[in-house]
Amino acid sequence: MPASAEAPVPAGPKVEAAQLDVVFGRGAAAVHAVRDVSFQVAQGETFGLVGESGSGKSTVLRALSGLNPDWTGRLEVDGRALGPKRGKAFFKQVQMVFQDPYGSIHPRHTVDRVLSEPADIHGLPDVEGRMLRTLAEVGLGPEFRFRYPHQLSGGQRQRVAIARCLMLEPEILLLDEPTSALDVSVQAEILNLLKRLKAEHALTFILVSHDLAVIAHMCERLAVMNNGRIVEELSVDQLRRHETRQAYSRQLLRASEGYDRDAAREQITYD
Amino acid sequence: MAETPLLSVEDLHVRFHTRTRVVEAVRGISFQVGREKVGIVGESGSGKTMTGRAVLRLVRPPGEVTARRLDFLGTDLLTADEKALRAIRGDRISMVMQDPKFSLNPVMKVGRQIAEAYRVHSRASAAETRDKALKMLEAVRIRDPERVYEAYPHEVSGGMGQRIMIAMMMIPDPELMIADEPTSALDVTVQMQVLAILDDLVTQRGMGLMFISHDLNLVASFCDRVIIMYAGRIVETCRASELAQAQHPYTRGLLASLPRVDEPRDALAVLQREAGWRDEESVDARLR
Repeated sequence: MPASAEAPVPAGPKVEAAQLDVVFGRGAAAVHAVRDVSFQVAQGETFGLVGESGSGKSTVLRALSGLNPDWTGRLEVDGRALGPKRGKAFFKQVQMVFQDPYGSIHPRHTVDRVLSEPADIHGLPDVEGRMLRTLAEVGLGPEFRFRYPHQLSGGQRQRVAIARCLMLEPEILLLDEPTSALDVSVQAEILNLLKRLKAEHALTFILVSHDLAVIAHMCERLAVMNNGRIVEELSVDQLRRHETRQAYSRQLLRASEGYDRDAAREQITYD
Repeated sequence: MAETPLLSVEDLHVRFHTRTRVVEAVRGISFQVGREKVGIVGESGSGKTMTGRAVLRLVRPPGEVTARRLDFLGTDLLTADEKALRAIRGDRISMVMQDPKFSLNPVMKVGRQIAEAYRVHSRASAAETRDKALKMLEAVRIRDPERVYEAYPHEVSGGMGQRIMIAMMMIPDPELMIADEPTSALDVTVQMQVLAILDDLVTQRGMGLMFISHDLNLVASFCDRVIIMYAGRIVETCRASELAQAQHPYTRGLLASLPRVDEPRDALAVLQREAGWRDEESVDARLR
């Protein structure tokens, strides 16, 4: 069912953020990275956060994932409020895929060790069987099990990073620019993989990207962020029909369609 | 636009000799650049960056560059000595690299770096140089050039850093600019502004631009001509406006794998590489 912005989000969102604020530093040097951000994500939905660098989109994700404990406001998963520190149960339910597959996997650990670590921490049974099933699910054969990251391509590393999340059978994946370090042909493979996994496991995705085309391809709804705030929330159909209400989103959409001499001249810097 | 080319390259090879084997990054390509915007597109490892570096003879041993012809307006770049190359590099041919964070000197003020780039090639006085540097910063749409002139690179944003690089490269009024992913590190809106600056240089000053990029959509909308590289060879070349009608299965596969805002698809096409592509004859991308 294609979601539209007019239809209310079904009762009981899977993930909710309300009046989320994140401030780095204090006093005169304080940077207000996220300002009064609120959104809801339904079970099984892919929700996109799109914006330029410094818009706060990744900071929202890091607050949600528990990587950044300094935030104020309300964050909820399944109606339960999240605190600054998260327990094991949270990480079993919520996992994150990072932008840079070269930086997010330990360079001196084999794939075997990378994948078994989360399962060991959570005391899950049959780590080996789970690992081989998960590797197959992300399209890697058993021969990859004892390889080191430097023996893998960027796309294969990102598959390992996704497999590491799947080891815990999470319900929610937080995706922070999962394909922006990859070639376009590899990006297509990873996006297809994510879509398939979501359908097979009834996952809920929150996808952060600067690329409107990627967001449009993956998401049902999206929020455009600028300067720490949500500028507007759109359904993907509204985005496709160019029904943006805010000038900033319109400019972002136009810029994403390639170079246009006139558009470049008209551009306003929003900072 | 098919007048006398600025740059003529014939049968260019770039090889790297390692202990165990020879890696061929570029395998016999021929192309020319006139007073136009030529896009060189390819995925990582296609040899596009090495092509740009080879033109300026920036490939160092164990890398090796050979060509039947490497000519820049009558100067043979292949046999030119270091002194002759220094007179060309940064003055008549300039290069903008991908990441401003690694291309600017972190312990030198922006203004001094721009001035240095200028004074290497001219006898201008300190006051004249400062004047020119400030004008250039303004030309790349930096709103407060006086402040930026006195700033260190870490005090400016990435987009500003890239515009500073371009200002530095523009000062000597080069005839040819090699831009290696000049906008990949930038936000889309800043990217547009930087491209507009490069566009003006080509259309108003008659500069030639070699625009190296992985972004097909961008190249199709920005450049005049496109060269598509795969595994060190040119698989196809066409007018940028005709890229959507490209013939080679590699180019078509790349285009099909792109997600698009206006065309919803359940799954993206996955590029199936064919072994034969590697060994196909390189396409001649010289001006005709």
